[in-house]
Amino acid sequence: MKQDSHSEFNPASAPDYVPVPRLRELQLRRLKAIVQRAYERVELFRNRMDERGVGPGDIESLDDVAKLPFMQKTDLRDTYPFGLFASPMNEIVRLHASSGTTGKPIVVAYTQEDVAVWTSVMLRTFAACGLHQGDIIQNAYGYGLFTGGLGAHYGAEALGATVIPISGGNTERQIMVMKDFGVTAICCTPSYFVHLIERAAEMGVDMRELPVRAGIFGAEPWTEAMRKHIEPAAGVKAYDIYGLSEIIGPGVGTECEAQSGLHIFEDHFLVEIVDPETGEPMPDGEEGEVVFTTLSKLAMPIIRYRTHDITSIIPRQCECGRTIRRIERIGRRSDDMFIIRGVNVFPSQIESALLAVEGTLPHYQIVLSRKRGLDQMEVQVEVTSEIFSDKVRALEDTRAELSHAIETTLGLRVNVSLVEPHTIKRSEGKARRVIDNRNQGE
Amino acid sequence: MKGAEMKIKQLSVFLENKPGRLSVPCQTLAKAGINILTLSLADTEQFGILRLIVRDWQRARQVLEDAGCVVNVTEVLASEVEDKPGGLARILETIEQAGVNLEYMYAFTFRSEAKAVLVFRFEDPDAAINLLKSKGFNLVDSVELYNRVEK
Repeated sequence: MKQDSHSEFNPASAPDYVPVPRLRELQLRRLKAIVQRAYERVELFRNRMDERGVGPGDIESLDDVAKLPFMQKTDLRDTYPFGLFASPMNEIVRLHASSGTTGKPIVVAYTQEDVAVWTSVMLRTFAACGLHQGDIIQNAYGYGLFTGGLGAHYGAEALGATVIPISGGNTERQIMVMKDFGVTAICCTPSYFVHLIERAAEMGVDMRELPVRAGIFGAEPWTEAMRKHIEPAAGVKAYDIYGLSEIIGPGVGTECEAQSGLHIFEDHFLVEIVDPETGEPMPDGEEGEVVFTTLSKLAMPIIRYRTHDITSIIPRQCECGRTIRRIERIGRRSDDMFIIRGVNVFPSQIESALLAVEGTLPHYQIVLSRKRGLDQMEVQVEVTSEIFSDKVRALEDTRAELSHAIETTLGLRVNVSLVEPHTIKRSEGKARRVIDNRNQGE
Repeated sequence: MKGAEMKIKQLSVFLENKPGRLSVPCQTLAKAGINILTLSLADTEQFGILRLIVRDWQRARQVLEDAGCVVNVTEVLASEVEDKPGGLARILETIEQAGVNLEYMYAFTFRSEAKAVLVFRFEDPDAAINLLKSKGFNLVDSVELYNRVEK
């Protein structure tokens, strides 16, 4: 691994090491305040609280969080655009939204104070990954409505590093900048980084010889196997970071130099693991659905948000000494959603597109693969005699129509393959809609 | 002869463009003792369409569907042309000048009395029937077709 000239403790990381009893006191204080705020200002939350006969005064301990109602993604869609805001618009200095191109996106909002909190958790993220002033950081997360770009940017800048706001795309330019600007750390999705390594090699650039020593990878799940491939191939330490736009964006959790689980910034986010079926809290160390409550956000407080990510809290303290606990890296979800090229996709979106074109839902399957580092999505559709035609042109047109409908819904290019009937496996229980071949052999 | 009999039933079968897919319908028909009168295979990078003329198209369709194939039935026309240079060109000229839309065509393997028989798939078969007859082309109906094959 490339040597770092100086790696000191960053005072901004102090909250990562607060003694646990003080941390819990702080969390409880903030929880009470945020529940009060949400109850007074957010109709959806107040209605749900009233329905179950619970008031802000009933929160007397951290365990009392279990008395509170859950929230989920559909709540944000249903209250589009501003129905969950707890601050007046003139106090809101930033709006972000999810990347869906049709249907209602998820809108999130930040006051000046919220942006400051977001900046601080991203700063702590970079510090945990061994970055500091003097680093030259290439930020290839998308800038715009997506929270990734600006979230990373503000944190890196607050760190005192030199930030290159290159955003996504234009791979050749990314490599040229990495080489010419003496980049020491890069932020992007892990699959894009794999693509960069390959493209660089084609361009005659060996990343192992460049000063880049760290990759800060998030926005999609990735495996230990992928890390073992990336690190020697590029000569970098590959760190996993975790976040959701609904909670704050990137900056909910991060690996540290031990690279062994994601530290959650517990002073700002209350973390619970619940049984995905019953919603009952689960003990530390047991796997379940991770649920977050924002303790500090003013513009859009989020109470007990169900992420559909399956993981567990690691009960032991990390060797880095941080007292903020870790969750295991996210391996799977409790629903069908998958992430491709940083975009969240539900199979039901594919279904709607197919239904809209055909009038009936054909048997279909989504096959995900990785070609030269880039994720590919193939939608296989079984041909029925309704879809079929004796004319090549008509069949090609149908294929193009299906492709177009899916692309319009997702904002992603997909490959539609027409397959013979009965080639897609039928199942008795829940249909397995998605075959994910991306992390094989890496 | 009525217009309806002039239209010949063609079966078309969907094939993924993978090795071995073509033999499935062919073997299925062979096992069922169904003789293929003529066929044509259109292919793209991804899939193929096998077009077949058989004697007992209803049985053939059933047998293919039972074997898991997707089968459509289309009406096509069979027309005689002179089996010498220019035979095809003359009929195509007629079609083109009348502005009648031809989707695709292929040929039967047999010939009789210096005439070849071609299969035409028109967008509007009725309009094509009227056109070709008025220009003196001889359309072969299905009964006549099967007789010629027997010879």
